[in-house]
Amino acid sequence: MQKEQPKKQEPVTGKPKSSLMQWLDERYNLSALREFAKKKSVPKFRETIWYYFGGIALLLFVVQVITGILLLMYYKGTEDIAYESVRFIDAKVNFGWLIRSVHSWSANLMILSIVIHMFSVYFLKAFRKPRELTWYTGIALLLISMAFGFSGYLLPWNELAYFATKVGTDIVGQVPFVGKFMLTLMRGGEDVTGATLSRFFGFHVALFPGIFVIFLTLHLLFIQRQGISEPDDWAQKEEKEKKTIPFFPNFVLRELLIWLIVINILAILAVYFPWELGNKADSFAPAPQGIKPEWYFLFMFQVLKYIPGKIWMINGEIIGILFFGLAGLLWIIVPFWDVKLKPGYRNRVITYTGLGILAFIIVFTIIAFIAG
Amino acid sequence: MNDEIKTGKSRREFLNDVIVGGVSAWLLAILYPVISYLDPPKSKQVKVSQVNIGKSSDFEINSGKIIRFGEKPVLVIKKSNGEYAAFLAECTHLNCTVQFRKDLGQIYCACHNGKYDLNGKVASGPPPAPLTKYDVAIKGEEVIVFKGEG
Repeated sequence: MQKEQPKKQEPVTGKPKSSLMQWLDERYNLSALREFAKKKSVPKFRETIWYYFGGIALLLFVVQVITGILLLMYYKGTEDIAYESVRFIDAKVNFGWLIRSVHSWSANLMILSIVIHMFSVYFLKAFRKPRELTWYTGIALLLISMAFGFSGYLLPWNELAYFATKVGTDIVGQVPFVGKFMLTLMRGGEDVTGATLSRFFGFHVALFPGIFVIFLTLHLLFIQRQGISEPDDWAQKEEKEKKTIPFFPNFVLRELLIWLIVINILAILAVYFPWELGNKADSFAPAPQGIKPEWYFLFMFQVLKYIPGKIWMINGEIIGILFFGLAGLLWIIVPFWDVKLKPGYRNRVITYTGLGILAFIIVFTIIAFIAG
Repeated sequence: MNDEIKTGKSRREFLNDVIVGGVSAWLLAILYPVISYLDPPKSKQVKVSQVNIGKSSDFEINSGKIIRFGEKPVLVIKKSNGEYAAFLAECTHLNCTVQFRKDLGQIYCACHNGKYDLNGKVASGPPPAPLTKYDVAIKGEEVIVFKGEG
């Protein structure tokens, strides 16, 4: 984002150069950037609203980094005192409850915006050639975000998180061939213990942020290099009918306005619905009633409840894992099985498959909420 | 060696093979210790063969409690007829800790609604296998849980 600011000020408004801009220009010759910024535009049509969600996710990621660093000042990632340190943040540290609540809410809103962003890209068929790699890096960002969520969920070391982690890692352990190794790798042993907490803490604050930034950089670079995707309907219009919004400053200002709204929503949620801490995890206590994972895993969690213990000779859970694994893989490689039809024909298979998946996810998420 | 180069491979191909092979070996030499490092050492667990859980008269009829059996949670139940049963308290479905539910008269897993009867057999829900059994013996007044042979 910082990169964009110098671009936006000078060229569009045509004001005389500020001394800083002149200083930079003399040394780095910004004319290429300026030209680039001038040409950049966003198609204006019925669905333009969806173009903002990637930016929203980016904003929330920045919020995560900032609040995450703040939490690190007081959080202690060991079994004995993790829970107490989070309680300390909530109860004693000035605005500690707020920072933690913002971190938790922002994490959830970030996943939500990525999911909305992904579905909009899917339905607008923006994953098609030449943007396959943008799609794949985007999927990687979603998966890393979910891994962020899963690992962060355990860090307060409370009951819900403890059992959610047991179940989540056990599911990974069921994966044929590599499952057992992955399970030990994640848990740092056979069971969910303090070793698991240490590992998740390391993943959450060091490994995942590093990988995330790499994919995020690629994702943004691809978009800058290729320009924003234009949907087929729009691209086929005559040049005169194509309405666009200049990226600088019009689109950016709108995005900033939306960011302001998102920050307000975030503040309201964080203040009025502070994130609960619950009870400390106890490996010798039974799983509490109403245990559930984060909402974005809920539909899978609910489906797992319905799969019987044995289907023929195979464990039901393995069938469930294979089902979701296969469905997820097909979703990811959509650029491969998508067929582009002649202009004027819409590929309804893509649209209906997407709607079907969306309906499936929404229905089972709602059932899980009601049942839970 | 020379013959091979003359007949089969050009100098460039040979060098490519050497480089690819070298880089692969180098990567392997780095990855192997890293992956081994991530596999935690087997900590020596204190072998527990039996646990004394107190007096039989202190154990309410038709109730259950989870005890620490070494590193593992074990659910001990005193049935309504006064008999004892003990199981590894880990659900065979996805590893959650199960509990005795008085109202159901069953062993229950809150994670995915798995239910077992008081013999540890699956009554309903997703668990694919019965709970692992532990044995209970009464010595005088003391209730002792120990690991069964099977």
